[in-house]
Amino acid sequence: MSQDEYRDMLPGHADFRLPEPSPPKKLNGRRPIPEKPAPEPVVEEPAVASAEPAPTGLDLWDRRVADGLAFLRRRLAGAYEVDEFGFDPELTAAVLHPMLRVLYRDWFRTEVFGIENVPAESGGLVVGNHSGTVALDALMLTVALHDNHPSRRHLRLLGADLVFRVPGMSELARAAGATVACNPDAERLMTNNQLVGVFPEGFKGIGKKFSERYKLQRFGRGGFVSAALRTGTPIIPVAIVGAEEIYPILADLKPLARLLGVPYFPVTPTFPWLGPLGLIPLPSKWLIQFCPPIPTAHLTEYADDPLVVYNLADQVRETIQASLHELLQKRPDPFAR
Amino acid sequence: MVTSSPSVVVVTGVSRYLGARVAARLAADPRIDRVVGLDPHDPPARLLGLLDGVERIRADARAATEAIADLGAEALVHLAVTSVPDAEHGGRSGMKEQNVIGTMQVLAAAQGAPKLRKLVVRSSTAAYGASFRDPAVFTEDTEPRAVPRGPFARDILDIEGYVRGFRRRRPEVAATVLRFAPMISSSAETSLTRYFAQPVVPTVLGRDARLQFVHVDDALEVLHRSVTENHPGTFNVAGSGVLMLSQAVRRAGRVAVPLPESGLSTAASLARYLGVEQIGLDQIDLFVHGRVVDTSRLIREFGFTPRSTATAFEEFIQAHAAGSSLTADRLAAAEHAILDGIRRVRAAAEGDPAHPAKSRA
Repeated sequence: MSQDEYRDMLPGHADFRLPEPSPPKKLNGRRPIPEKPAPEPVVEEPAVASAEPAPTGLDLWDRRVADGLAFLRRRLAGAYEVDEFGFDPELTAAVLHPMLRVLYRDWFRTEVFGIENVPAESGGLVVGNHSGTVALDALMLTVALHDNHPSRRHLRLLGADLVFRVPGMSELARAAGATVACNPDAERLMTNNQLVGVFPEGFKGIGKKFSERYKLQRFGRGGFVSAALRTGTPIIPVAIVGAEEIYPILADLKPLARLLGVPYFPVTPTFPWLGPLGLIPLPSKWLIQFCPPIPTAHLTEYADDPLVVYNLADQVRETIQASLHELLQKRPDPFAR
Repeated sequence: MVTSSPSVVVVTGVSRYLGARVAARLAADPRIDRVVGLDPHDPPARLLGLLDGVERIRADARAATEAIADLGAEALVHLAVTSVPDAEHGGRSGMKEQNVIGTMQVLAAAQGAPKLRKLVVRSSTAAYGASFRDPAVFTEDTEPRAVPRGPFARDILDIEGYVRGFRRRRPEVAATVLRFAPMISSSAETSLTRYFAQPVVPTVLGRDARLQFVHVDDALEVLHRSVTENHPGTFNVAGSGVLMLSQAVRRAGRVAVPLPESGLSTAASLARYLGVEQIGLDQIDLFVHGRVVDTSRLIREFGFTPRSTATAFEEFIQAHAAGSSLTADRLAAAEHAILDGIRRVRAAAEGDPAHPAKSRA
């Protein structure tokens, strides 16, 4: 039996089709005719309320100072709410997102496509490709979802346990809504109708060399698929283009990595030669494409069937790889505007 | 299976706050004829008033074997489980003696008691251990990933192991294991309430644990219901919601002093040799990893929802207002003062043509 024949026999496979590749649209690089660039998604500043008549300069600053002081007072008095995973929506909205937004909007000039494929209220499992030496793509995806989605949804990331071992970083990750990548947490979040973000490539994805850019690595054992199947949550593949170029890994110093207890030790054109300056990411152009959701509600009984799980993981992987190629065609020059 | 209330109830650990309160509550219940309190120690004077309706037998766990069978106990509530070593009762070795050996002997006695139909054992959410790979929320089915390093958590694992053995040997006895989150109330004194009552609170640098508490009155209600009703199984008992350690410290108006974890662990082991048990490895593990449990099984089975963690903690703060420095009222006053000050400076600058108000004050 060929692989295609086998797949057609799988339940639910007939419903799923790879997304039609849309005709490539050039977004940067040389253009034959001047065309209007795609409108940037308008990001509303949450700090300033525009309901009242336009405030004068003094009023505006007065309100900003008052808001800032009230925020400080709430933080110091502990008067805020945290969910059972440690997610702190107030801190995320007031401190973490504005910092990431500078990178997202001004540094990486991110453009987002297919946000309508993300469910409005119900749960979903967002599966993306992982790249970029440090997991900046996960953070940018969080901002992209929150700023572009009509219901301002938060992406709840699943992180490697290494993240939660490091003091300081663990608490920042939890406050931003992340939790340890394990099936109980993923299933609990999805049954609470949350959007869960997962990068099945893990360290294989972010630690790969620049020569292997945009080649998806192995997807592990597909644990993310069985979590989705068990809860009947749709899987939304997402392709992220741009993260590969921010810290191009030329070499991986394995002995040093082993000594430091990290999965890899990258050598990029700027790191470690320039010291802390090497930590500044290169300003590549980012494109993020959300693909149509893959329904799993009819497959809940196959959550423990390794073949169904593996094949579904393979489908997700192929969808992401196809969308990556499509996005790369739209972006001939990685560093253009 | 009989579902009515048992007529003879034996409660262990009545010399301590929780045991005394449970025994007093059971004695006040008209459905129960006889409540017997077993304890090797005499209760302190402040608890004696509670124990009027309770027959007390001063016996250590070995002597209890005969007592439990002779009394014809129908229900046994095992509360003689200590979370912190007590220097008066032999420190850590005394604690282990009571927790592990004591439970072993009490359960052996329970096994030989022919009339017994209910066993209620106090356990703790420390049974889930502490590891970086732990899920964020523990359900009753979560297994600990590694043997915990805290002495109390180790004891709890041993105790639950003995209960599992007991369940195998006496399957007709309804055994209820209650895994309590740290208890808190306006009057109860535990190591955790003492910790939060200090004006300056040591925490772990770079870690902010997710904590849950259960109000002592809710813990009593659950214990009472598991004696008078029939709820075999293991249940998490905690208030819904989560407080971060830093948030709890701030709500209590205390000042947190973050210390590096390695230093704290060393200090804890040093303190153990010196006999000062302010903060132990159990607490450090809790403050590094946090501990949140799922209580839906308790709510479904008992039809009772404990008050939330935030409410329980608020009640504790009210009773321990002394020693707080950064209270919400003072912070609000400071906020108003700063805001007024800025406005006054700006108004003055506006009025003065020499200094046009253009930048932030």
